[in-house]
Amino acid sequence: MTQRSSEVGAGDGFGPDLAEVFGPSQQDGGPELVQLLTPEGERVDHPGFRFDTEERAEDEVIRGFYRDMVLTRRIDVEATALQRHGELGIWAQLLGQEAAQVGAGRALRPQDFVFPTYREHGVAWCRGVDPLDLLGLFRGVDQGGWDPDDKNFGLYTIVIGAQTLHATGYAMGMQRDGVVGTGDPDRDAAVIAHFGDGASSQGDVNEAFVFAASYNAPVVFFCQNNQWAISEPFERQSRIPLYQRALGFGFPGVRVDGNDVLATYAVTQAALQRAREGQGPTFVEAYTYRMGAHTTTDDPTRYRLSDDLERWKLKDPIARVEAYLRRNGLADDDFFGAVQAEADDLGVRLREGCRALPDPSPLSIFDHVYAELTEELEVQRDGFAAYLESFEGVR
Amino acid sequence: MAQTQKVTLAKALNMGLRKAMEDDPKVVLMGEDIGKLGGVFRITDGLQKDFGEDRVIDSPLAESGIVGTAVGLAMRGYRPVVEIQFDGFVYPAYDQIVCQVAKIQFRSQGKLKMPMVIRIPFGGGIGAVEHHSESPEAQFAHTPGLKVVACSNPVDGYWMIQQAIASDDPVIFLEPKRQYHADKADLDDTATPEPLFTSRVVRAGSDVTVLAYGPTVKTALKAAEAAAGEGRSLEVIDLRTLSPLDMAPVYESVRRTGRVVVTHEAHVNLGMGAELAARIAEECFYSLEAPVLRVGAFDTPYPPSRIEEDYLPDLDRVLDAVDRSMGF
Repeated sequence: MTQRSSEVGAGDGFGPDLAEVFGPSQQDGGPELVQLLTPEGERVDHPGFRFDTEERAEDEVIRGFYRDMVLTRRIDVEATALQRHGELGIWAQLLGQEAAQVGAGRALRPQDFVFPTYREHGVAWCRGVDPLDLLGLFRGVDQGGWDPDDKNFGLYTIVIGAQTLHATGYAMGMQRDGVVGTGDPDRDAAVIAHFGDGASSQGDVNEAFVFAASYNAPVVFFCQNNQWAISEPFERQSRIPLYQRALGFGFPGVRVDGNDVLATYAVTQAALQRAREGQGPTFVEAYTYRMGAHTTTDDPTRYRLSDDLERWKLKDPIARVEAYLRRNGLADDDFFGAVQAEADDLGVRLREGCRALPDPSPLSIFDHVYAELTEELEVQRDGFAAYLESFEGVR
Repeated sequence: MAQTQKVTLAKALNMGLRKAMEDDPKVVLMGEDIGKLGGVFRITDGLQKDFGEDRVIDSPLAESGIVGTAVGLAMRGYRPVVEIQFDGFVYPAYDQIVCQVAKIQFRSQGKLKMPMVIRIPFGGGIGAVEHHSESPEAQFAHTPGLKVVACSNPVDGYWMIQQAIASDDPVIFLEPKRQYHADKADLDDTATPEPLFTSRVVRAGSDVTVLAYGPTVKTALKAAEAAAGEGRSLEVIDLRTLSPLDMAPVYESVRRTGRVVVTHEAHVNLGMGAELAARIAEECFYSLEAPVLRVGAFDTPYPPSRIEEDYLPDLDRVLDAVDRSMGF
């Protein structure tokens, strides 16, 4: 059924062989993968990107990344367990994507704004959103319990890719507010839009690219290519490497090792800075792997081989940072023990906190449909209240 | 000093948008061809020249993109007013409108507001090709979180667009495109308008209540004029707001007349008339002398334009329904 691109457009009037231009769509990241820390924990240089921690001590920043990733993974593990215990209806796992999210999250400044999917638990952690607030949505007690304007972290968006347009519009608002390209690092701001390889096929994502390019909007399109859209492999979404699509829309794209927190941080930091300076959008493809299921309702054994998992386990984002820190004597057992203890405490807090999350009142459904309750809804609410009261003492 | 002037609906909407932009610097317009061209119907004529390209934004040709970016602008504190060029082109934006615009206040438990106006020229009668003559209002009125209004005349157009922009809720703003350049009315811009989400009796009568909105208000008024010549007194109500509905004036009228005809250009099946009939039956059951009758489009796709006047409800079909109502 599927012709490879090498059979298309070769040596005829349709131009060059596409496989020669783009290379294969997937090849463990390919030669253009930006990497600053190898899976073995070795620091390497890249001609285009440098790990720049600005004023902060580099070792301390890397230890911070390690802590962020361990705690993020613990949030994920605890939430998955809570789902298995029936405390959550569903959970979208991020296992394996900790570096992509922490690297991107820590590259942000307070004035930047994040538009997440429903899987950005690590970015939420970096923004200071209480992980307990993330659980509400998956427990079914709310649809996003945090204030987006409090941490500049938008609500989780379930419709795939819809938030990329919101991000672009928000960035257009920043342009109109005069907070782009002023040269003031505390003022200039940018937006980051998260999405996945599956979403890259959505019309909204492509429209967001068009709008962002057209208006030169200060937005970073951050795609975690975790290789799977539920059961569909990346090859079903694209015949060329995703980051190369950006060029066709008129802005740069780069593929970064999404399991390398240093590289992800460096690339995202540079892309955000471009945006803040008024140089427009950038596409960042964080090349990673979804080590867990799509969500807790999914069964990946039906559609993928365990060989892949074993191969990607060797690229674990946390293990390589630990190897680097230990080998170079930048952290001792006390440090690793302290992070582990902190993770354990967080786990206890999440388990207890989740079970204590109160159900909303049935009557609260009427509260925020509109800015003010309409007369129509007031009648419905009062009728429903009277109906509920009629059961008092009956059940 | 303001004074009364004679304006078309197109001019009134243009003046209303201008006034809203003058009153609030956060109001921005976005849509296809709304800048230099002034919109295909010229509703935004001259606004980009006076307010600049940052506030009157010509967009790429992608309706989901228009509405989706407007969501982001609203989250950033702007009050976007987007123009969908024609009713039939709103569907690419349907997901953003129904899943995002309508639900963000609810999803955020009121922490985010969504003060957006989505202007849609709607209805037929202009001899257009497919997708340019539709009446999709019920699909939006069916969606909690959206408000839906329809203006029918220049004076309402001027006030209602400003009120919709000032609303903290998203408003689907329907403009009867056939009326844009049809009639002029006296507009006194110092008057005090009625609240946005209210219906209004536009012609008093005693035999049959005719409910209409948008383009069919004119049809209903013509029918009432013709009926008067035959000794029948029709009361015409311009609903103006479709979600929420303002039923008090309707119930008051129906309790007097006992007979109701609803007319709209949209399909009858599950159209606004169905909801109106149900509510009237619930509230005015013992006042009714006849079932609520509906005069709307047949349940077919919009036809080629040479026969659109046969398809659309007109004076005669309204009067035919009035006859049937009186026959019960």
